[in-house]
Amino acid sequence: MKTCLVVDDSSVVRKIARRILEEIGFAVIEAEDGEQALEACKKSLPEAILLDWNMPVMDGYDFLGRLRRLPDGEAPKVVFCTTENDIDHISRALNAGANEYIMKPFDKDIISAKFQEVGLIDQSMSPASA
Amino acid sequence: MNQPDYEFLRKLLRDKSGLDLSADKQYLIESRLLPLARKAGLPSIGELVQKLKDGNSGLISQVVEAMTTNETFFFRDKVPFDHFREAIMPELLKARTNRKSVRIWCAAGSTGQEPYSLAMCLKEMGAALSGWRIDIVATDLSQEVLEKSKAGLYSQFEVQRGLPIQLLVKYFKQVGELWQINSDLRAMVQHRQLNLLHDFTHLGTFDVIFCRNVLIYFDQETKINIFGRLAKSMEADGFLVLGAAETVVGLTDVFKPLADRRGLYRPSGTAPAKPFAFGTQQKMATMAGH
Repeated sequence: MKTCLVVDDSSVVRKIARRILEEIGFAVIEAEDGEQALEACKKSLPEAILLDWNMPVMDGYDFLGRLRRLPDGEAPKVVFCTTENDIDHISRALNAGANEYIMKPFDKDIISAKFQEVGLIDQSMSPASA
Repeated sequence: MNQPDYEFLRKLLRDKSGLDLSADKQYLIESRLLPLARKAGLPSIGELVQKLKDGNSGLISQVVEAMTTNETFFFRDKVPFDHFREAIMPELLKARTNRKSVRIWCAAGSTGQEPYSLAMCLKEMGAALSGWRIDIVATDLSQEVLEKSKAGLYSQFEVQRGLPIQLLVKYFKQVGELWQINSDLRAMVQHRQLNLLHDFTHLGTFDVIFCRNVLIYFDQETKINIFGRLAKSMEADGFLVLGAAETVVGLTDVFKPLADRRGLYRPSGTAPAKPFAFGTQQKMATMAGH
């Protein structure tokens, strides 16, 4: 089973994301900010990271830069999931090595479609293919 | 809709589907759930909420489905667009090398996601199409959806299903809370109102016809009739793309399936078995627009 690290300072968002990700077959671990997420990644790199932008201590953008400099830090597929919904933020995220980008609010279809887009799940597992 | 009802629905949708509506999406709930309420014989969202509170599980499922189902999105089903990039266009680039033109018809163009997905595929082919004329004709029964397609304006929800983020950045611009497909892609698509039950020979002849998820609304005889007329509107070496749940097999032999390409068909050169009759089933035509 693939693991997804959900990084968001909102416990409600983490709970919703956990439910969706578990439904589409992921084991989920959580972090409240970029620093916690980085510590988790130093111990064990997940296959996927669902990443908020604005968080205390270390934001998602800063975390992404540090993640990609870790040994094998290019491996996890990083999907931003944020209310920063303008094209400048999206472009910055892609340039920093994000694989996909979800503009909040999100639902199961969107997460499935984006995870499918970056090869984390098969098309047959996505409700969007129905 | 009053605030307590809205908050109840927000919580219900969050609990049942993970759909996380922000505090200002009353319009979205009303537009999706009012038709459902009326269908259930309930005059308002308030009455619907009361039924949901009473624990009507069938109604709860319908509400979740109405709020989370999106009928059309960019690169829907993915596979037909793989066929387009990997099989259809490479073959047509060889076959039309003298003419240097390709005509594509989206026979159920709806709100534009399919024709614009094809336009993006073509743009991504870059220099290979330099000097070529590509026409995309999008038709639909409903003038209303064609107007939306022409405007090329989509909500955040609509651009997140199926559309890779790199293509969003490359081919869309942000207009307030909406996203508009760039004008050069809009210019690639011509829009025409059309009822598939009526004669469509005036559209001319096409190299590729996308006719996905529309024939499912028709009865068998009408499907056979339409397949026959589609074959007549297609070049002898053209391609027909049907929806994942659709086929010509068992209905007609005017098209033959490609063995290794699900949903992709080519004209067989066989004449249709039955004479055509136009405009006999208005009810079906109305359904086909949705």
